[in-house]
Amino acid sequence: MREPHPYIPNSSRRVKEEMLHDLGVDDVEALFDDIPDSIRKNSALNLPPARSEMETKVRVEDMLSRNFSTRDVVSFLGGGVWPHYVPAAVDEIVSRSEFLTSYTPYQPEISQGILQSLFEYQSMTAELMGMEFANSSLYDWATAIGEAARMSSRVTGREEFLVPNYIHPDRIQTLRTFCEPAGIRVIEVKQDRRTGALLNGDLQNKIGSKTAGVYIENPSYLGFFESNARGIGEIAHEKGALFIIGADPISLGLFASPGEFGADIAVGEGQPLGNHMNYGGPLLGLFACRGDRLLRQMPGRLIGMTMTKDGTSKAFAMVLQTREQHIRREKATSNICTNEALCAVAAAAYLSLMGPQGLEKLGKTILANSRYAMEQLRKVDGLKVPLFEAQHFKEFVVDFDGTGLVASKVNAGLLQQGIQGGICLHEQFPELGESALYCVTECHTHQDVDRLVAGIKKILEER
Amino acid sequence: MMAFKQAQWNEPLIIDRSREGVVGFSLSSPENLPADVPVGLLRKKRPKLPEVSETDVIRHYLRLSQENYGVDLGIYPLGSCTMKYNPKLLDRIAASSKIQDLHPLQDVGSAQGILTILHELSEWLAEIVGLDKVSLQPAAGAQGEFAGAMIMRAFHKQNGNLEQRDEIIIPDSAHGTNPASATMAGFKVVEIPSNKEGCVDIDALRVSLSHRTAGLMLTNPNTLGIFEADILEIARLVHEAGGLLYYDGANLNAMLGKAKPGRMGFDIVHINIHKTFATPHGGGGPGSGPIAVSKKLEEFLPVPTVERDGDRYYLDYSRPNSIGKVRSFWGNSSVLLRAYAYILMMGREGLEEVAEVSVLNANYLARKLSQVRGLELPFPHKVRKHEFVLSAAKMAQETGVTAAHLSKRLLDFGVHAPTIYFPLIVDEAMMIEPTETVSKQELDEFIVAFSKASTEAYTNPDVVKDSPKSTSVTRIDEARASHPKTMQLTWKEKVRAGRET
Repeated sequence: MREPHPYIPNSSRRVKEEMLHDLGVDDVEALFDDIPDSIRKNSALNLPPARSEMETKVRVEDMLSRNFSTRDVVSFLGGGVWPHYVPAAVDEIVSRSEFLTSYTPYQPEISQGILQSLFEYQSMTAELMGMEFANSSLYDWATAIGEAARMSSRVTGREEFLVPNYIHPDRIQTLRTFCEPAGIRVIEVKQDRRTGALLNGDLQNKIGSKTAGVYIENPSYLGFFESNARGIGEIAHEKGALFIIGADPISLGLFASPGEFGADIAVGEGQPLGNHMNYGGPLLGLFACRGDRLLRQMPGRLIGMTMTKDGTSKAFAMVLQTREQHIRREKATSNICTNEALCAVAAAAYLSLMGPQGLEKLGKTILANSRYAMEQLRKVDGLKVPLFEAQHFKEFVVDFDGTGLVASKVNAGLLQQGIQGGICLHEQFPELGESALYCVTECHTHQDVDRLVAGIKKILEER
Repeated sequence: MMAFKQAQWNEPLIIDRSREGVVGFSLSSPENLPADVPVGLLRKKRPKLPEVSETDVIRHYLRLSQENYGVDLGIYPLGSCTMKYNPKLLDRIAASSKIQDLHPLQDVGSAQGILTILHELSEWLAEIVGLDKVSLQPAAGAQGEFAGAMIMRAFHKQNGNLEQRDEIIIPDSAHGTNPASATMAGFKVVEIPSNKEGCVDIDALRVSLSHRTAGLMLTNPNTLGIFEADILEIARLVHEAGGLLYYDGANLNAMLGKAKPGRMGFDIVHINIHKTFATPHGGGGPGSGPIAVSKKLEEFLPVPTVERDGDRYYLDYSRPNSIGKVRSFWGNSSVLLRAYAYILMMGREGLEEVAEVSVLNANYLARKLSQVRGLELPFPHKVRKHEFVLSAAKMAQETGVTAAHLSKRLLDFGVHAPTIYFPLIVDEAMMIEPTETVSKQELDEFIVAFSKASTEAYTNPDVVKDSPKSTSVTRIDEARASHPKTMQLTWKEKVRAGRET
């Protein structure tokens, strides 16, 4: 007989015996008699023995202490997950255990709190994106593009999906995984090597009667804006295709929304909105669209505001569930069930704190900080910053070609000085030479940037 | 029984608390916009976001939290959802800056702590399910299913017969995600019926198996909580037909240390971390859905996997036949970290105790509830595992009180209702999974709640039909809630009479 366990009240011997007696069996093993012996005898667990809570805490914290966080080193990494300040109030709200320990709100009357929070999240996401509707979350930006491609194909009955070629490697790979079994071909459209703008000629060559959707990002993976977003949307619409825009929500207090550029579907990564980086997950897939035709094909959960049956008060519930797997099974618009609800609550709390003014001000701060970094880096001999001649936000490409150094060597040198450099791009985009994607947010001070510049200079001097 | 009254704040939408000029942020150094930013890129219309103070935001969401029921408040017996207690230690650990402030692309040398944890967790999960290799990437159970179905696809493609093998067989008692995931991965779904014992009908399986079979998706114990005792025969038949066996890990809790899916003959398994390994469900997510596979399928796993080279841990992309990626980066790391701490603390004996007591609790509850008037336990002579399904069909027939009514009445007694109308093969189904973390007193209180509701159904059915009354809001008409004329999806949207359904 084992020791009683703090999480398992009925592990106490007396209680267990009482319950077994009620069931008319002597031993709990009798409840597993229906499992064939050949399975049972080979199923013992070869795992470490149990530990106390204190021992567990000490051991896990010791292991975690070997990590260097962005508080230990100055980091210029972005590219899909970015360092942004998370207000204390947001952490407080998502740690409320009534939210934290609740399930999907299948019983709406006793789950109004999470339902109203998610309804507010949907409202704010739709506002930010300039769209009519938003769902209550997908897993991340990459899967949101995958769902958008499949939705475009369902809506148009077509099987080609156009994307820009300077795209996050995880996004394109995830998109291909989502598209291949649906028979959707993912086609990359070239971007101008100098400005990053989508090449009109290449777009015209590749778009046609088979095109289900045209996807662009503003700002893009490499930090620059597509200046002709509206025009691209018009071309897509002329050909009967949907227009999909991916956006960084933290830019949308200042920069134009996907809706303002004419998008039918908007996607993005919600991690910047009050969610920690957490080594890449959980993330928060933003998904919004407009028009009833698209709404009916939308993936994921939707929360609606309605009234109680007796008409006495407003009430919230999961709605339009006939799109979803638990009702429609193989005919569902997506298989998604568990989503990123708590991350969506964090985003709702974050956007409530920021409001329209805060988000605009934050956009300006990030713009100014990243501009300062570009200006300072540009002064270093041999660096081209930014590589693309366009408006940038938060991220930009530093080209090391003029220094004769490879980007990975620069990063190694920076790391020795306690600085984590940007993402090396050579492997994915050889044509961009020895370059790296740098990210500067409100979390970076001028001193951080100055340290980076001094660090690079030092490496160049020692070359 | 406890008197229950949920908070009723009648809290307005946060946007309705908005007052121009009120702020909830503190940002240093306001910056003017540089003159050279193209006007065409700037936002023209301000988003309609609330202008509220931090105090407003905290009060608003804390009031809403009080209008929400969680595991920390009481029993949450949704079947197949494994709503067990989430140890507080796990949240404390996950709040560390040493996980929250890690960037996924930082130099692996500066992330050795978390990589060690992820690697060790991968090995433990492989051991727990009895398979060879794990990918931690999928964000949730359904994504694990999709990844698993994509692996079936890659396997048959490599063998040159994907075009022929385009069917996945799924029992009629399966979770809805199974057929949805199989379809997403490009397969046709062949549904097979359950037999009189509530298990896979072997004859129906035989008939369905063919050269077109890519695989079978199964949960064991099944959604009735019954162990598929013919599993070895099922596995043999599917393998002989050239198919693969997929294990839906939603019901893994009862199998810990008792029966490894790998020993049952399964080739691919997904694990719902947020169920079996006690991480909080967050009102619908985040979860985490790692997959484990047998040796012959390792080459198809998503990239990258966490590998070890002596004392050094790294991310390995060298898997040319991989299905690619199913999401960005490596997985829901902070959820996985919690699971690591949970397994470390429970140890092998703790996990086995989890399985035993979850099964003890389910059988105890099944026995007692089947004695409540109007409720029946289908397949009564079968021992249950972690969960069971009651039928309220008799009550519905005799009193007009349905499983839906009954579940609403339970809310009035301060307990969460079971999953209802699932699985589809039981009439007026109520699917109940107590988990190992409830006490006998709580089980007994739950039984009293059910008995009271039953008595009411036979004496004063309108009380049950008009419930709930003790929750933050009274009964919601779900049909009306999905009707576009009486529902809105954002605070801006007007309820439009003309919208199509």
